[in-house]
Order: sequence, then structure tokens, then C-alpha cells
Amino acid sequence: MEELKLEQKEFEPTILAFCCNWCSYAGADLAGTSRFEYPTNVRVIRVMCSGRLDPTFILSAFRWGADGVLITGCHPGDCHYVQGNYMMERRFGFLKEAMSQLGIEPERLRLEWISAGEGEKFAALIRDTTQKIKEMGPNPLKTA
Amino acid sequence: MTEEEPKVGVFICHCGVNIGGVVNVPEVVKYAKTLPNVAYAEANIYTCSEAGLASIKENIKKQGLNRVIVASCTPRTHEPLFRSTCREAGLNHYLFEMANIREQCSWVHKHQMERATEKAKDLVRMAVARATWLEPQEEPELDIKDTSLVIGGGIAGMTAALSLANQGFKVYLIEKEPELGGNLRNLSRLYPTMQETHEILDPAINAIKSSDKIETMLSTTVADAKGYVGNFKVTLATPQDKKDIEVGTIVVACGAANYTPPKGLYQYGVFQGVLTQMQLDEMLKHGKVDKAPERVVMIQCVGARKGEIRAMDLAGFPKSDTARLLSKILKAKKEEGWPYCSKICCMNAIKNALLVKEKFPKTDVMILYGDVRVYKEYEDFYSQAREAQVKFVKHIEEVPPEITQTPDGKLAVMAYDALSGQEINLPCDWVILSTPMIPHKEEVLLARMLKIPISSDGFLMEAHVKLRPVDTQTDGIFLAGAASGPKDVPETIVSAKAAAARAGTLMANKKMRTEALTSVVDEEQCIGCGLCEEICVYGAHYVEENVSHTIAALCRGCGACAAECPRRAISMQHYSDEQILSQVKAALTEES
Repeated sequence: MEELKLEQKEFEPTILAFCCNWCSYAGADLAGTSRFEYPTNVRVIRVMCSGRLDPTFILSAFRWGADGVLITGCHPGDCHYVQGNYMMERRFGFLKEAMSQLGIEPERLRLEWISAGEGEKFAALIRDTTQKIKEMGPNPLKTA
Repeated sequence: MTEEEPKVGVFICHCGVNIGGVVNVPEVVKYAKTLPNVAYAEANIYTCSEAGLASIKENIKKQGLNRVIVASCTPRTHEPLFRSTCREAGLNHYLFEMANIREQCSWVHKHQMERATEKAKDLVRMAVARATWLEPQEEPELDIKDTSLVIGGGIAGMTAALSLANQGFKVYLIEKEPELGGNLRNLSRLYPTMQETHEILDPAINAIKSSDKIETMLSTTVADAKGYVGNFKVTLATPQDKKDIEVGTIVVACGAANYTPPKGLYQYGVFQGVLTQMQLDEMLKHGKVDKAPERVVMIQCVGARKGEIRAMDLAGFPKSDTARLLSKILKAKKEEGWPYCSKICCMNAIKNALLVKEKFPKTDVMILYGDVRVYKEYEDFYSQAREAQVKFVKHIEEVPPEITQTPDGKLAVMAYDALSGQEINLPCDWVILSTPMIPHKEEVLLARMLKIPISSDGFLMEAHVKLRPVDTQTDGIFLAGAASGPKDVPETIVSAKAAAARAGTLMANKKMRTEALTSVVDEEQCIGCGLCEEICVYGAHYVEENVSHTIAALCRGCGACAAECPRRAISMQHYSDEQILSQVKAALTEES
């Protein structure tokens, strides 16, 4: 009985994943078509390009209680819009900085490149991120 | 938001058991009805069926819905269908939204049914939040140039070029080699009809030459490609210089190469008598055999169905660029073999075995195999080989056959018979290796220029393996032949004609509506700093009198300018800050 209770209380993080329409969203679809299983903690938001992601979207996500945020885009050189992923990568450094200032562990934010052919990589990324965020515990802004 | 109060209709699909077998659909419907602005919710067995679509249309009218959500599969395949359904019912299709509860929920969480149901509810809530902010949009119209570029002058490219020319379109056909014909030039005859290749090649080449619609350029490759559907600007590298052309569509028919084993694999490149099937074919074609061999041993799946290099291995180098990355994979694959079944090698080996038998009836032909895959009518072809006394021996693949040379210069193959488990020794004159069709190395660069993803097998990837087999995810670019994976001649011709039909359909319409995902500048907020102009790779922004303007026809809708604008003066149609943030918020909180 005691054990059961403990298990029920296991922290289940909420993780947001921003996926670009052309590569990583298609990679996420391929994970589905290939039936690669992964934890249910991720909610995908589709955007046309990772370059669309205004840093405030990510900071807002943490403010509203996201335990982790994944930004995924096309591999360097493969961006459907030529260099949107590079623009995102530039913002990434700034975002990590801003997160530390706000007292959120920068490790809660990840930037990964996933192609339309990498369903297995997408599934592995979700498994790995969920595990890591579980180990980190809830977003400190939530408990503060 | 439009003036009108949002009235959202939610249609939740069982997709047979695909979703319904994992997600508790009735519970999600019940939940959807409790969400703000939701006026109607129902479940469908298949929302994409005629009945499902009719119900959407009916309820748009009956319930006065001004937003429609379908929670089902991925928008990448079914959004166009549902959008057109909305349009038919008089609802602007930008007021439609999808929640992906199949590819990104039921299919990946099939052992976590309760949690999958909770996730599906969240995904529906996120879609409803976004839908509330959706606005109707007008789509800009693009002119489609009625000229096509076909890359590759093999049987795939020639077939596609002829088909397009017959439809009345001007075609540029480019071939990197100095002559047309591709891989077929090196083959003598084709299975299962044993037709000579020139019977297929000559008429095609002649038709190409006599067509006034086709401009053929040999020894020519693509140096650069820019633009978008209907308006591609391609720079060709010809032997003399560079040439710029403008085309409406592109058919990629760059074919495949034949895997050459590394020196030493089965003594290839060491002993003279060890050859690939391609080399045997060439030898038979040119009649370069003076003495009948006593025995020929063929080994199947050399360098195929080996190697486990899959997408996973890309994880090791996430930041390297694709070309470098793929060259590493290509190299790794070269040593380890290619993971897939090349699908033509069994028939090809049978064909060559029969050709050897035809030429030298007394020669003993043995095929060492792990599996024989002869589908459909090729089963008869296999029987034909059995009748001709071709011997099929299943060997233990895990123990690769060993090839040695006897003192008299003959070869010997030592393998293990899978049925008896016994070692077998086969003295022979030739050892023929059946090697797979593999992607061309240059294909990687081409894929990059044209923004075509590469599959885990290294070939160009189609937009959808079942639903859009010759489309790529870039509008206006199509795949023909073995560029997308091993194919024999009939399959190549089918795909080439399909690609030509798809390209032709686009060009015949002359105009195409593109998505209204363009940027809009708020002139009040803009300070004319010009950052958007600086970063836009399409030249879609220009600053005039201290205010930035968007050229909608050039804007491709990536949204980088909206993210970079220091004044937040740029908004993206259909992907506005509010629309994205509403989804973020709905994912994390119950309020919206």
C-alpha cells in the first residue's frame, strides 16, 4: 500500500516541444508511423520553422509551469528556409543566459536537430529528456 | 480574433482501432464539450470517410460553427482534405485546426492507454485555444511556369521527360554522363522477359532526340537551385560554362549506383574470377568469354541486409552538417554493408544464371542465398531457373563463404549448407557477387540544394510512403525511379510516369494558390530599423520611408523576421504570437 502511494506520487513532468513543420515535426510523425514508443509527457507545438520561435515563447512556457522545453529543427544546412535554424541557435545562448538569471536551470531547455527521417532519434530524445527532467524535479518557478 | 464569437466544432476520430484502440475517444469528446468556445463535439469512426466529412459540413451549417477542429492523424497528410471540406461548407479553411492524436499520441503510447487519453485531451485543448485565435486568410496566387527540369537521363528521367513533353510542356533534361541511358547501358537483358535493354533504350533515346519540346544537356549537373514551386531558378553546370534556367517543376530522376564491394571482401579485386553481377552482365553483353566455365557460384546479399546503421547513429554527431554526416554514414555503410533489401538482386541473379545457362548449357550454376525474394510473377521466373537446373543453396549467412584459389588457378568457395549444417566446397571458375543498388554520393548534395530529406537508407525521401509516393515535401519537386530506393525497370517507369503526371497537373493549372502564411508589418510599431530586411533570405522585406513592407509573393512564411523584430511589429498570418502562445498556455494550464 505504502509503495503504491509512492508510485502514484512520482513526478510526471510536462514538457513542451516546438517542432518545425519540415523536419522535426515530420520526424515526430515518423516515430509514430514506425510505432516507436516514448513517454507521454511531451506536447508538440508545430511551427513552420524553428526560426519563428521568439525567446518570449520559451520564457512564457517556463513561466506557465513547463518543466522542460525542447526546441527542434532541421539539421544545419537543411533548413527549409535556408537559415532559420541558425537564427534559433543564436537565440539559444541568450535564452540559456536569461534562464539562469531567472533561476531556472538552463538544462531544462534543449535544442536538437531532427530530420524527417529520424523518427528513432525523436523517440530517443523524448525518452532521454523526460528522464533527465524527472531527475531534475519540477520547474522551480512552479513551487516558488 | 474576428468580431464574431468563436463557435468551435471538434471532430474526434477513432481511425478504426488506430486511435480508438488506445485513446478513450468518448471520454475525449465529453471533455471537449466542456472547453470554452466549444459549441459542438462528436466522435467519428473515420473522420476522413465520406460520412465523417459530410458530418463536418452538416454541422458547420446546422450548429453555425465558425472554427473546426479534427483530432486525428497528422496535418501533414490530412489537413488539405479537411481544409477543402471546410471550404466547401463556406468556412474559410484557415479557420480549421488539427490535433495530432495518432502519430504523436496513440501510435507512440499504445501501452499507456490512460495517459494517452489524458494527452489527447491536452492536445484537443491546445487546438481549441489556438482555433479561438484563428483568422480567415486570403491565399496569394502564384504563376506556375510551364517548363520542367528533369534531373537524370536514365530510363526514369527519359520516361518522365517524354511524358511531360507529350503533355505539351517544355522540358530540360540533364544527364551528368556524356550520353543518355543511365544504368541500363551497362545491362544486357532484362528480367523476366529477357528483352535486350536496347529494345527499351533505343526508342526512348530516339524519341527524346526527335522531340522539339525536350532540350537535352549532357555532362551537365545542377550547381545551384533557388526559388519555389512554379518559379525555380536553377543554375546548371554544363561542360562549357554555367547556365541559368527558370522552371515551374523539377523531376529528380538521379537513379542509384551499384554497390562495389571493398577490395578483399569475398576476395573481390584480389582474384580475377570474383565479379559483381553488373560486371558479369557486361561481360556477357560484350561476349568477352572465350572458354565455358565449369561452374559459376553466385553469392546473394553481398553488402545488403547487413549493417545496422540507422537514423539512431546520427545522434552521435548532432551538430555536424548533413553532407559531412552523410559522407561518414556512406563510408561506414561501405564497410559494413547496407541495411535494406535491394529487392532486385534475386531476380537479377536468376536472370544472369539463365543467361549463363543459355550460353553454356553444361556450366553448373549455383546460387548461395539466405532468402530468395521473388514476388508476384517472378515466382515463375524462379521455377524456370529450377527447371534449367540452376541450383539454389541456402547457406548460413552468419558465416560468410570463404573464397580461395587452387594451385591450378581455379577458385573454390567454402560455405555452410543451412539445411545439413555441413561444410560444402565448391570448386568454380567465377564467383559472382549480388550487390545492392545504393544511393549516389552526389545525391546528398542534390538533396540539400532541393531541400529533400534523406531516408535512413540514404535515398531521397518521398513525402509519404503510401499516400504521396512520388512527391517530395517541397512543392513542385517530384521523384522518379531509383532515386527514392531500389527499383526495377517496370517500377521505374511507373514512378516516372506518376512523377510526370504530378508535375504536369501543377503546370496545367498555370496558377496555384499558396498558403497565406506571410508576414504583416504593423506600421505604427515599426521604427524602420531594417533588421527584417537584413535577415530575410527571400528579400521579402524592404524599408521605405522608415517603415518596413512585406512583398507577399516573396515571403515564404518562416517567421524569422517576426521573432527577430525588436519592436514586435511583425506578425505572421496563421502563426501569430497569440496563436502560438495560446497553445503554449493551454498545454500547461487548464485556463486558456
